[in-house]
Amino acid sequence: MAPRARLLTVLAVLVGLGALVLPLWEVRLGAPQYPEGLGLQIHAHTVTGIKPNDLQNINGLNHYIGMKPILPDAIPELRYMPWLIGALIVSGALLAARGMRRGLWVWLAAFALLGAVGLWDFWRWEHDYGHNLDMDTAIIVIPGMTYQPPLIGSKQLLNFTATAWPGTGAMALGVAFFGVLATLAVTGRGRTA
Amino acid sequence: MRNQALGRLTIMVGVVAAAGCTPKAPQQLVSGDAASRVYVAPGEYDELYSFMSGGFSGNVTVYGLPSGRLLKTIPVFSQFPENGYGYTEETKPMLETSYGAVPWDDTHHPQLSQTKGMADGRWLFINGNNTPRIARIDLTTFETVEILEIPHAAGGHASPFITPNSEYVVSAIRFSVPVPNVDVPVETYKQNFKGSLSFVRADQPGKMEIAFQLMMPGYNYDLGRAGKGKSDGWFFFTTYNSEQAFTNLELNASKSDKDFMAAVNWKLAEKCVADGKAKTAPARYAHNTFDHSSRQSKSEMITSVRMLMPTDCPGVVYFLPTPKSPHGVNVDPTGEYIVGGGKLASVIPVHSFTKMIAAIESKAFDGELYGIPILKYESVMAGEVQKPGLGPLHTEFDDKGNAYTSMFISSEIVKWKLGTWEVLDRMPVYYSIGHLMVPGGDNVKPYGKYVVAMNKITKDRYLPTGAELTQSAQLIDISGDKMKMLLDFPTQGEPHYAQALPASLIRDKQVKFFSLAESTHPFVTRAESEAGVSRDGRNVHVKMIAIRSHFAPDVIEGIEVGDTVSWHVTNVEQDWDILHGFAVLGMNTAEIILQPGETRTIKWVPQKPGIYPFYCTDFCSALHQEMSGYVRVSARGSGVKLTSGVSAKAATQQARAGKYAAPKPETHAHEAAQAAAKGGK
Repeated sequence: MAPRARLLTVLAVLVGLGALVLPLWEVRLGAPQYPEGLGLQIHAHTVTGIKPNDLQNINGLNHYIGMKPILPDAIPELRYMPWLIGALIVSGALLAARGMRRGLWVWLAAFALLGAVGLWDFWRWEHDYGHNLDMDTAIIVIPGMTYQPPLIGSKQLLNFTATAWPGTGAMALGVAFFGVLATLAVTGRGRTA
Repeated sequence: MRNQALGRLTIMVGVVAAAGCTPKAPQQLVSGDAASRVYVAPGEYDELYSFMSGGFSGNVTVYGLPSGRLLKTIPVFSQFPENGYGYTEETKPMLETSYGAVPWDDTHHPQLSQTKGMADGRWLFINGNNTPRIARIDLTTFETVEILEIPHAAGGHASPFITPNSEYVVSAIRFSVPVPNVDVPVETYKQNFKGSLSFVRADQPGKMEIAFQLMMPGYNYDLGRAGKGKSDGWFFFTTYNSEQAFTNLELNASKSDKDFMAAVNWKLAEKCVADGKAKTAPARYAHNTFDHSSRQSKSEMITSVRMLMPTDCPGVVYFLPTPKSPHGVNVDPTGEYIVGGGKLASVIPVHSFTKMIAAIESKAFDGELYGIPILKYESVMAGEVQKPGLGPLHTEFDDKGNAYTSMFISSEIVKWKLGTWEVLDRMPVYYSIGHLMVPGGDNVKPYGKYVVAMNKITKDRYLPTGAELTQSAQLIDISGDKMKMLLDFPTQGEPHYAQALPASLIRDKQVKFFSLAESTHPFVTRAESEAGVSRDGRNVHVKMIAIRSHFAPDVIEGIEVGDTVSWHVTNVEQDWDILHGFAVLGMNTAEIILQPGETRTIKWVPQKPGIYPFYCTDFCSALHQEMSGYVRVSARGSGVKLTSGVSAKAATQQARAGKYAAPKPETHAHEAAQAAAKGGK
């Protein structure tokens, strides 16, 4: 890989650091009586409301259906996710700096695997919140109704429309992933030609 | 299309009405597009906030313009059982005066705060006329946050008009009284009665202070306006009853051909006060303030006031002769013209500030009264509007050099031109207009576009509602050469005056909830685990939270007849427009309405044993009907232990809420255990 290609690749990988500060995922809730909307942002290290008190207000509403309150401190993934992302970016940057093509392919595979596992884990949490309801304290009980928010896209949950979408942090990771993929593809073609 | 149809319908109704009885004035027919001009579609906003005084209701009402829709009633000087204002411990001090708590007043003139002569949307001031007071309303919460009583005063009518940078609001009095107010024969009016003009420092919230009281002859000071632009630094007050009559005023105070306008040089007065020419006089008056972090008010009694005698500060005040018992005084946007409203006069007199200054410099005096020079009418007069109509009262200004004067007796608004004094247009209003208001009409750059007529008599304008009818406002378009009637809308109490400003100035500054974390209320209960009951002799304190959809605690036993129960209820919601209410069977005060994050305390002394349900009075959620509880009241000395239980449902909710609210679960478990132990005692 030419030095210029290496530099560009390193920069692309470093964009991924944005995932440590920007929200990875956003879940927005809208209802007739919430024209201003409520929403959650899933960061690498925590879950917050989009507006101040959104998390508290969502938890307040969720008590009607017996859903567990969302407590960022009780989600272990949020403790080691920043380290995983950090390790991924640092190793990617090192591999790119040295122009190690084979290593970068392996890195991409690991990245893809981690991404898939991460999404599956997120889905698992959503499934748990949406299905594992405390029926003793639930006030609104609709037989057969579950409240799993969508992983991506929109879903109607009682009076709320829940819409989930990757956040800017996920997009930063996308830049790192596809940046490396593009460099490998372009420089690869260049060498064989 | 629908709007046009509405317009056509309105025309048809007008035509039918006109055809069905003796024809009325043609202006009663609205023009075709009136309906669309005032139509604010569902979900859309009005262009302006309009603040109307409530008159004898003691409140302020807020209307959207051009729709004329009532948006809010703000309690100011009157107890308001609708939300507990003046009943709760937090708000009772707001109504304290040197006469004790006065739970009512008569609000007259809303006054928006100004910066550089323009309404800035920070505060609204309003006067209490009966027991003279000035209140400040915070326009981020639409709540009364400060009230200052005015001493040596009765009938605080010429109030609370403001100087261009909100330096002062004023209070000049309609009823002269002895100073100090002592027991004297009323017939000693001339030697004993004085009229005070108070200048109240207004630009620091929570710190309204009487800078000085100018002690004037015992006339009736009716209205006032600050100079602006070239006349900044002056204040103009109308007086009537320069005859100094004290009985049968309608005849005896109407004899003179001219009364006066008092021109006060307030910047000179400031200097005289700074130079020590004012006397400190004993006085007693209340200053009530509302603390934002605890959302509690307190009342302080102040015991002195600075009093300035006109003779101790030569040049501080001049009298401008003004025809026939003038009522309104208004200063045009440039500050040059001072318009008087001689309610019995056949002309509208306009004084010139430039000529006034020249007359003062050339000493064009026509004698003096009580040491106050009287300027010659001819030397200060800029012009007179001839044949304007009958009973001119008040004048407001648009952004195009026109003036609009309300005519009480001929029941019309007259549009005339500043400078040429010619009458341009007339609009009949129904009926007997008092004040009128152009949005920004007292600003250096008026907003214009509309004039609102505030009519005193309603008669047949709406479906009749018995002998007492609503008061009526009318919205008139002034954007063109001719005035166009747009809308009638009913108003509450008796709006004397109103002010309006573009909604954009305050719409986005609204507080949506009060932060629980930042609350410094001594009885704030931030979580269910902090709730509970305690007894201190015959006083019982209940710390209670309200959250969708329960109170905690919701079962209280061990109250005895004659206990003073203080309900400290905190709405722990931190979400916009999620309110709760609280009321107890037989409670002899009022309900309380709790804004999100707010703690309110109401006292209750139960009179007989029994079970007293309490409930949420503000429909808050799907389970609102379930939001209730019971208090058991036992006979005195019955020995029932004081306990506060929570229902099974609330208990599980409490456990969950406690768990979720706690950053450190173990601490909270400890607190919850404590609370449980306390409850179980």
